[in-house]
Amino acid sequence: MAATTDPHSSESFRLGMLLYDTRYRSVTIQIIALVLFMLALGWLVSNTISNLEALGKTFGFGFLWTPAGYDINQQLIEYQNTDSNARAAMLGILNTLLIAVMGCVTATLLGVVAGVLRLSNNWVVARLMTIYVEGFRNVPVLIWILIFAAAINESLPAPNAFRGDDAESSMVLGSMAFTNRGFYVPEPLFSRSLGTLDIGGYFGISLDLVLFVAALAAGIWGAKRLGAQATRKQAATGERPHTFWPSVGLIVIPPVVVLVALGFHLGYPELRGFNFRGGIHMRDSLIALWLALSLYTGAFIAEIVRAGILAVSRGQTEAASALGMRPSWTMRLIILPQAMRIIIPPLISNYLNLTKNSSLAIAVGYMDATGTLGGITLNQTGREMECLLLLMAFYLIVSLTISVFMNIYNERMKLKER
Amino acid sequence: MQKSVFFGTIAAAGLLAGMASAATLEDVKARGTLNCGVATGVPGFAFTDASGEWDGFDVAVCRAVAAAVLGDGKKVNFVPTTGKTRFTALASGEVDMLARNTTWTYSRDVDLKFTFVGVNYYDGQGFMVRKDLGVTSAKELDGATVCIQTGTTTELNLADYFRINGMSYEPVPIETNAEAQQKYLANACDVYTTDASGLAATRATFETPADHIILPEIISKEPLGPLVRQGDDQWADIVRWTFNALVIAEELGVTSANVVEMSKAPTNNPEINRMLGTEGEYGAMMGLDKEWAVKAIAAGGNYGEIFERNIGEKTPIGLARGLNAQWTQGGLLYAPPFR
Repeated sequence: MAATTDPHSSESFRLGMLLYDTRYRSVTIQIIALVLFMLALGWLVSNTISNLEALGKTFGFGFLWTPAGYDINQQLIEYQNTDSNARAAMLGILNTLLIAVMGCVTATLLGVVAGVLRLSNNWVVARLMTIYVEGFRNVPVLIWILIFAAAINESLPAPNAFRGDDAESSMVLGSMAFTNRGFYVPEPLFSRSLGTLDIGGYFGISLDLVLFVAALAAGIWGAKRLGAQATRKQAATGERPHTFWPSVGLIVIPPVVVLVALGFHLGYPELRGFNFRGGIHMRDSLIALWLALSLYTGAFIAEIVRAGILAVSRGQTEAASALGMRPSWTMRLIILPQAMRIIIPPLISNYLNLTKNSSLAIAVGYMDATGTLGGITLNQTGREMECLLLLMAFYLIVSLTISVFMNIYNERMKLKER
Repeated sequence: MQKSVFFGTIAAAGLLAGMASAATLEDVKARGTLNCGVATGVPGFAFTDASGEWDGFDVAVCRAVAAAVLGDGKKVNFVPTTGKTRFTALASGEVDMLARNTTWTYSRDVDLKFTFVGVNYYDGQGFMVRKDLGVTSAKELDGATVCIQTGTTTELNLADYFRINGMSYEPVPIETNAEAQQKYLANACDVYTTDASGLAATRATFETPADHIILPEIISKEPLGPLVRQGDDQWADIVRWTFNALVIAEELGVTSANVVEMSKAPTNNPEINRMLGTEGEYGAMMGLDKEWAVKAIAAGGNYGEIFERNIGEKTPIGLARGLNAQWTQGGLLYAPPFR
């Protein structure tokens, strides 16, 4: 637009300007970089193809539908060794998701408690939490996993020790056994079970569980409605009706009714043959992995929580105490809600880390996705390329899904700017 | 400038990698050492001795090949591999050969594109349990917790055996023999299952071997042998015939003690003469010198010597020759004639 005032711009375009003219230089460099990148990528792909050819290997996913042939110890869905590799991979994926969810929940609880306590005025408590955080944060998680696994294997009694009338070990409360092969705890059983719902012949979902969760959700929803009503009434009349007991009733009664209707009772583990039978078997590998991942990630979360709390201006605390609020209220109602906005983004990346770190399960023989698809299936079929690509796709999808949900949550918690 | 050097290097490396699969012999000679994949540690078969040197029944095969090709059984770079990493290591060219209690199966030979050059130990899968369990047969193992190395044929045999016999079990997947030993001794599993030779070798290292028994059932055939990548027949021939030379040497009475003497002048046995290079140009046929078999046998002795020294009845492992005796002694060792 400044054509008349700038004598240079009227010059005709020369090729050298692509390099020497600042108006075009950055574009030129970007295009060159892009071309080089594409060339590198193309070279990688063609190199892979030619090397696979040189080895006489084909590329295909047909192996997924052939029988896996191996057994998996922790089965969240039905599985036999004659089932396909795809189903074995599915079991592994469910095991990964299980440990990820268990780990994220406990890591968050541990992290929040440790983070708050580290700021405690009690010298002993604060120092203990410092030791926890620094101890766990600064030792590789793999070492912690191995330490916990070894501790369970070497220090707890074998199932054999529970045998006989004067056994060396006895069950805790007569219902739980802590052995070096894992913990056996009572399992929920239903004498009037609704059975399972088959989805496409691939998954079975327990209808009992669905009903129980539905009842619990309905109760919580009802309690929330009640709370909202009370708030409206308080806003209108200035008086808040007592809602605590009705809320508890709303939350507790529907699930209890469902449990009674289904004939709920506990199945206790008992020693038969080589091992305990019945009950829920939490394997040594699961416990070692769960504890190590939770405590390790919990230490990071503790630091994030501490940072979040310290980032809330001191004036907020002082204002709260000026209003006569108790310290516990100040923390719960004033500081944590503001700190959350700082805490959530780094929390997301810690959840992602925990999920990815769960692939270290391989060290203790926990059959997660890396152990089944990326381990035994890869090895028995020799399909390294395909298995690893699938595994990468799986972790990518899980990580992105976690990110999406946490980002949505972050949006909701964010300071609403208008 | 720097970028083009970088890409040039990668391209050259890629080309080299492509060529590596074609002429392993030239690679090994140029490198001056043989890369040999062995187990991470199985007493008697592949282990490091007090001075850190690798030794054992499988290791001896590596040393024999190195001696045949490079003239020195010490010129071996041992690469410890687990049941899971071994095939990738071989297929990618990280090792030139595997000598690592690996079972010769159809799918490994055909689908995974390897060439098994022979069988250096005829084995079968067995079970080891603590004596105080009172178990006398594998059929009584219903509900037991079983330690099993992942990525092995034994893992699949185990699944088949328990399914066919209508029994259940709890698999505890582990990576290495050492890990299995630790879990088994901590009583985290009732049973350890692997090749019977491996069980005997592992048991020999226990503080009280007599407290553990190996159950009578052998549930599978496990022909263990050295293997190489498919597609380089010359290299496969070298490894195959180096191993065969060790077997033939035992059959014909050539030992590490007398091999040098025998190779000085033709003996009255033409097969020995052909093998030891005093007659004909047999070494040159596969690209080696005349003395290759002499060096291979001198490195660790013939098959029988290697067996007795590492895993034989006089060692703590105490394995009898059994199926691994020469065909003339009622065993399965039967090397093709050297002519």
